[in-house]
Amino acid sequence: MLSDKEREEIEAEMARYPHKRAMVPEALRIVQTHRGWISDESVRDVAELMGMSAEEIDTIASSYNMIFRRPVGRHVILFCDNVSCWIMRSDAVRDHLVKRLAAGPGETTKDGRYTVLPSACLGDCHHAPVMMVDDEMHGNLTPEKIDRILERYT
Amino acid sequence: MPELLIDGEKYQYEDAHKNLLASALSMGFDLPYFCWHPALDSVGACRQCAVKVYRDENDTRGRIVMACMTALTPGLRASIMDPEAVSFRAGITEWLMVNHPHDCPICDEGGECHLQDMTVMTGHNYRRYRFDKRTHRNQYLGPFVNHEMNRCIQCYRCVRFYRDFAQGSDLDVFGWHDNVYFGRAEDGMLESEFSGNLVEICPTGVFTDKTLKRHYTRKWDLQTAPSVCEHCGLGCNTIQGEHEGILRRRYARYNPNVNGYFICDRGRFGYEYVNSARRIREPMIRGRTASNRAPAAEGAVAVNQMGNTILPSEAAESALEAKDVLARAAELIAGRKVIGIGSPRASVESNFALFSLVGAGRFYQGTPASELKAVRRIHDLLSSGVVPGASTQEAASCDAVLVLGEDVTNSAPRLALSLRQASLRKPEAAAKAEIVGGVQSWDDAALREAVQSERGPFFVATPAWTKLDELDGSPFRGAPDDLARLAFQVAHLVDPKAPAAGGLSAEAARAAERIAAGLRSGAKPLVVSGSSLPLIEAASNVVQALRSGGLDARAVFTVPEANSMGCAMMEGEGIEAAAGAVERGEVETVIVLENDLARRLPRASLAKLLGGRARIVALDHLANATTEKAEVVFPAATVSEGDGTFVNNEGRAQRFVQVFNPRGDVKESWRWLGLIMAEIAPDRRNPWPNLDAIQAQAGAALPQLKALSGIVPGAGFRAVGQRIPRLSHRAASRTAITANVTVHEPPPPVDPDSPLNFSMEGFKGMPPAGLLARYWAPGWNSVQSLNKFQVEVAGILKGGETDRLLFPGLGAARAPSYSTALPPAFAPADGELLLLGARHIYGSEELSNHAEAVAEVAAKPYVAVSRTDASRLGLAHGGSALVRVRGEELALGVVVKDDLPAGLALYPVGLAGEGYLELPAPAKVGPGRVGA
Amino acid sequence: MTTTDEKRPLTRNIRAGAEPPDVSAYEKSAGYEGLRAALKMTPAEVQDCVKKSTLRGRGGAGFPTGVKWSVVPMDPRARSPKYFVVNADEMEPGTMKDRLLLEGDPHQLIEGIVIGAYAVQAARAFIYIRWDYKRAARILEHAIREAYERGYLGNRILGSEFSLELHVHVSNGRYMCGEETGLMNALEGKRATPRNKPPFPQQSGLWGHPTIVNNVETVCNIPHIVRNGPDWFKALSRSEDGGTKIYGVSGRVKNPGLWELPLGTPLRDIIEGEAGGMIDGYGLKGLLPGGGSTDFLTPDHLDVPMDYGSVQKAGSRLGTGTIVVLDDRTCPIGMLISLEVFFARESCGWCTPCREGLPWIARVLTAIEEGRGETRDLDILQFHTKAIRPGNTFCALAPGAIEPLESGLKFYRADFERHISEKRCSYK
Ligand SMILES: Cc1cc2nc3c(=O)[nH]c(=O)nc-3n(C[C@H](O)[C@H](O)[C@H](O)COP(=O)(O)O)c2cc1C
Ligand code: SF4
Ligand code: FES
Repeated sequence: MLSDKEREEIEAEMARYPHKRAMVPEALRIVQTHRGWISDESVRDVAELMGMSAEEIDTIASSYNMIFRRPVGRHVILFCDNVSCWIMRSDAVRDHLVKRLAAGPGETTKDGRYTVLPSACLGDCHHAPVMMVDDEMHGNLTPEKIDRILERYT
Repeated sequence: MPELLIDGEKYQYEDAHKNLLASALSMGFDLPYFCWHPALDSVGACRQCAVKVYRDENDTRGRIVMACMTALTPGLRASIMDPEAVSFRAGITEWLMVNHPHDCPICDEGGECHLQDMTVMTGHNYRRYRFDKRTHRNQYLGPFVNHEMNRCIQCYRCVRFYRDFAQGSDLDVFGWHDNVYFGRAEDGMLESEFSGNLVEICPTGVFTDKTLKRHYTRKWDLQTAPSVCEHCGLGCNTIQGEHEGILRRRYARYNPNVNGYFICDRGRFGYEYVNSARRIREPMIRGRTASNRAPAAEGAVAVNQMGNTILPSEAAESALEAKDVLARAAELIAGRKVIGIGSPRASVESNFALFSLVGAGRFYQGTPASELKAVRRIHDLLSSGVVPGASTQEAASCDAVLVLGEDVTNSAPRLALSLRQASLRKPEAAAKAEIVGGVQSWDDAALREAVQSERGPFFVATPAWTKLDELDGSPFRGAPDDLARLAFQVAHLVDPKAPAAGGLSAEAARAAERIAAGLRSGAKPLVVSGSSLPLIEAASNVVQALRSGGLDARAVFTVPEANSMGCAMMEGEGIEAAAGAVERGEVETVIVLENDLARRLPRASLAKLLGGRARIVALDHLANATTEKAEVVFPAATVSEGDGTFVNNEGRAQRFVQVFNPRGDVKESWRWLGLIMAEIAPDRRNPWPNLDAIQAQAGAALPQLKALSGIVPGAGFRAVGQRIPRLSHRAASRTAITANVTVHEPPPPVDPDSPLNFSMEGFKGMPPAGLLARYWAPGWNSVQSLNKFQVEVAGILKGGETDRLLFPGLGAARAPSYSTALPPAFAPADGELLLLGARHIYGSEELSNHAEAVAEVAAKPYVAVSRTDASRLGLAHGGSALVRVRGEELALGVVVKDDLPAGLALYPVGLAGEGYLELPAPAKVGPGRVGA
Repeated sequence: MTTTDEKRPLTRNIRAGAEPPDVSAYEKSAGYEGLRAALKMTPAEVQDCVKKSTLRGRGGAGFPTGVKWSVVPMDPRARSPKYFVVNADEMEPGTMKDRLLLEGDPHQLIEGIVIGAYAVQAARAFIYIRWDYKRAARILEHAIREAYERGYLGNRILGSEFSLELHVHVSNGRYMCGEETGLMNALEGKRATPRNKPPFPQQSGLWGHPTIVNNVETVCNIPHIVRNGPDWFKALSRSEDGGTKIYGVSGRVKNPGLWELPLGTPLRDIIEGEAGGMIDGYGLKGLLPGGGSTDFLTPDHLDVPMDYGSVQKAGSRLGTGTIVVLDDRTCPIGMLISLEVFFARESCGWCTPCREGLPWIARVLTAIEEGRGETRDLDILQFHTKAIRPGNTFCALAPGAIEPLESGLKFYRADFERHISEKRCSYK
């Protein structure tokens, strides 16, 4: 069941688009903001609210990177594995991160704190290697810097 | 005519609205494709149809384009054989094979796989990909369609058919990049009534026929013949395949005048009744020898490939019996007071045979008078040209629709698919006009984009929710008579000369305004009705009013059964009259033709008819309440096992051709009746040795049946001196199939009724269109080979007629003759509800109910009431109710429906094992159980 | 007009580490004057002005902006509303230029949008921004509120007859959302698969209505063109196409970063000048001049001016103008794997060559890099570079993915062969 807050937020957005289908990505993002991820149940709830089928919702949900169809940790680390970062040896930094967290790409730490996801180029290539934790960018990463960053999130 | 160049040769093209792929195929080129489909048009996804085009004669390099996305322009220079294009096409197939499992030997699609064909066509043969393939989990999609996702080549046709074309919402594409998945959100039966078409739409073995899987046979081993669906009044064309005496599957036979490329799931999967254990396979005399022999289980008796029983002792025994049974039947008939009861599910020929045997005045129609009256009225309206009809396919070209009182999806399913297309016609036309530079008619994605969720004028006026409601923003609800009044008013608003319906509620008056305006805004509006006389009259008024305003308005009337129209074209009263005659003692013997009277008569009259006052001689396929009471029973051939003609709702006569010789002594009813005639006749001559003979006689005796002869070439026809084979030239192991009994190959039986052979021998070329037994062309083993049989892609078939419209087409404009039979407004009687019949695609049709897969999903009995009435009467959803209607008491589960107007109740008609109720009828509904 | 304003109009208000100018600060820098000027012109005149400026799209394909606009039907009977969409999806590997403009000077973009929408008479506009640009989205939302308050957006803008609604739409994340037709599908709430052209977006775009899609940097140029005139704009450039360009450099250079420079500044000036040359101990082995889907250039190309025509002549594309530098201690095959894995992952799965070809390429490259390569693998890669061409695939993603591969195979053939014969990567 969607919360009243979620419903309100979704309905508030509806006015922006001439067709309700256009609200689906927005609705999914709103629900994900509240719940961290989109479960099968959330797919059905959004479908019901939009008067669409679960398939019509999931065809969208399953096609986007940033809609999580599996549970994620409290913080999502988007680790850039793209060309500029790769050249700047992001591999080594990532290996350190993965070892520290004991969670590989796509996995969540045991304590549910972090999920590490490989990401498309984050558009901060002159600070490579970079990663994004929740809304925050971190650049010029080194193993030491990673250690300091990880302590800032609970 | 404009010209274009393909590989240096000049070709003329007629239809500038086609794309290069469709035209090249029409011209006979073998150009491979996947995502394009003649009914779904182009999206350019698969990139398989690549060709080169050149700017002008000086351009030597050219560029690769997708033929399916290339518009025809005069002087277009294209090359199919350009080496770069050839190798690119081979590359596409190689890519498609990267993740394809190559499991052809165990794949149901093998041997008729579009992917196999295209692989061979492109010349790709060596797989260089050496890494792991992706794998998927399969889903359970219900009893009809099997799912095997690993075989998917991502052509997107399934979703384009299911979601975009058939407007289903429970099949879609999930995921991204090379991990896209086509399926449902979770396991479960596909909701669309057209899901079976996925079997033909899918170019490989992802979606296959689950019923075929249970008794699987390769396409090349199937014995096939052209047929007509017996499961509703639309008469969709089919091809059926048999092997070793078992009917294995059925698929759509293309007919641009009827069903186009598609059929519904009842039609496709309902065939299995033919193999039912309840089949009557031998003539029987009640109380004598083998008369009560338990029907043999499926496949229990060995049969050879031609369907002949090969156990000599049994064959002899049954031959003996047939003689005895015929003699007994003759005794019951000759010199006695005999009547015949015909059937709307038996062929015109069988009904005529019975009509001849008993004589005019003694032939009864086999349907209740109310139904008969409606069908006859439809017949009169259409045949007089007062109301021009439209074929099921043509309905899709109409641009404004009123559905009057019909739950089309359940009563005439394939028509619903056409109506869904019709809902797009107006917005499509608008989009084409509004968009600068225009949109090509074949550019499916662009057209859908331009149309969005826009729908043309579409109005549903029915007692309760129907699936087509989703096309109408505010469907109108009411009792049938109120719907008729609404439509009378619509007609009046369109043409003031048409009688008005006064005293409409404000809501109804508004609805009438809205509908009148909407229908008038179309160029070719359509009204669909058929279920009752007042609705038919109302629909007729609306169509006539629209026509008087200069619009090309049409009507489609649904009729209940495959040959309702053909049967009603003969004289004969309704079945109540037959019961009356028996009750009055005027009858000694009743011959019942392919008709379970328990489904036609209320219990009380049924008891009178079958109660022993008269002897019963029955002919039918399946054991039922009527054959149980019959003294003599003849095993009647189904459409799969015999020859004959049906006349569909539109008045289109269509011939079905015998597919196979079934196990047992099964013959067409007309043939049995002919044998009885011979038994009785002084010269013992059989009047109808074959179908041509009975058709000729029918035409001579009843002028309205004259047109039945020669729709397809008669039995004497030979193509270059040869018959047309029912088996493919690749049919395997004909000699081995009976080797356990004898190594001598028995000669195939001779078909007296059609120019088809029960063998692989015969004419290998293009047969006459109406005798097309299968689609196959060199290099084209899949259903896609159909392209080779069409004059042009999606056009008419090569080789003449497939059917014949009996009623004159559009005549000159005529003055309308409006009905004034305005029914009174519905007034719920105190303490009573008006009980209406509800039809279910799965459950309401007699024969398909005996097909395993259909039976699995068939509706169960219930009574549906409105929320208001439920609370007033103390009924709860899921609880039980006692329904007193027409002197009967029924205990039924309760369904509470929010959309049902107060005062109405619904009861599903035609369910297996349920008796007949004449509906609508007033009913008392209350809580409780029978006897409680 | 200050000299910097004159030389680098796009970044004149942008200071590293500082907050972007608010509406008042923006107004002080002649902000919204372009809009005022535009509203005094007819839409056709604005279109003409942009056409004359020779501005070409900065999103990668370099299509002349004025020409693109001129295809929009101006007939009042055309479907309405028309739409003006800013492509802020920036996900091209190695590309970070639009982020700078979005975070650095949001009103510049908004002003460009209003002028652009006016020029084609669009009544609704969207900024389609990638999910990860959270800060930029916040900044934009704030700036849009300010612009509504000051009457630069909304009904009857600055007292004119023209009205415009502007919304920020945050993407749910797919590279294909940056492809203009994929973007439109995404905005409509569909899968971000591309659409065929024709019909062009200008004819039938968002919801089947006439639509313009322009890159952030493209749109940011508009206010300046209208305010200062096409001749001024042309004079900014060192090439035949007008304006400045935001160039970037990433990789092992001393001073990676972004600079606004005249269009046509030679590569050497950018890499050795602005970026300070290679870090000591590293040599320049090659570079991608305009993001991940452009062909490699080599040290021999350092004198090539970075403009549309010159880079093309040199065998690559200007693309986004953000240069990715490959040094001589980094494996070119490894670099290609990074790129091709990305492209394969982002393929939308609609057309066969891209969906099946790119993952195959990525696997072959990985096999070679890991010492499992075979000589025939080079044929397989070559097969892909020949077959995956513009027009052969449905959209430009896959041909873009092929550009670094094809040129990489040409320039680094020896590296490939060594990997295969030595069965290992010698850079490790
Ligand atoms: C796969 C792909 C991704 C693209 N991503 C972007 C992008 O993120 N931003 C952008 O402005 N253009 C992108 N483009 C180019 C756009 O399709 C389009 O050409 C551009 O937005 C037009 O704007 P312009 O004319 O102002 O350059 C992409 C193209 C492709 C094929
Ligand atoms: S090239 Fe084809 S599969 Fe790749 S992104 Fe474009 S349309 Fe999709
Ligand atoms: S059939 Fe033309 S691209 Fe698929």
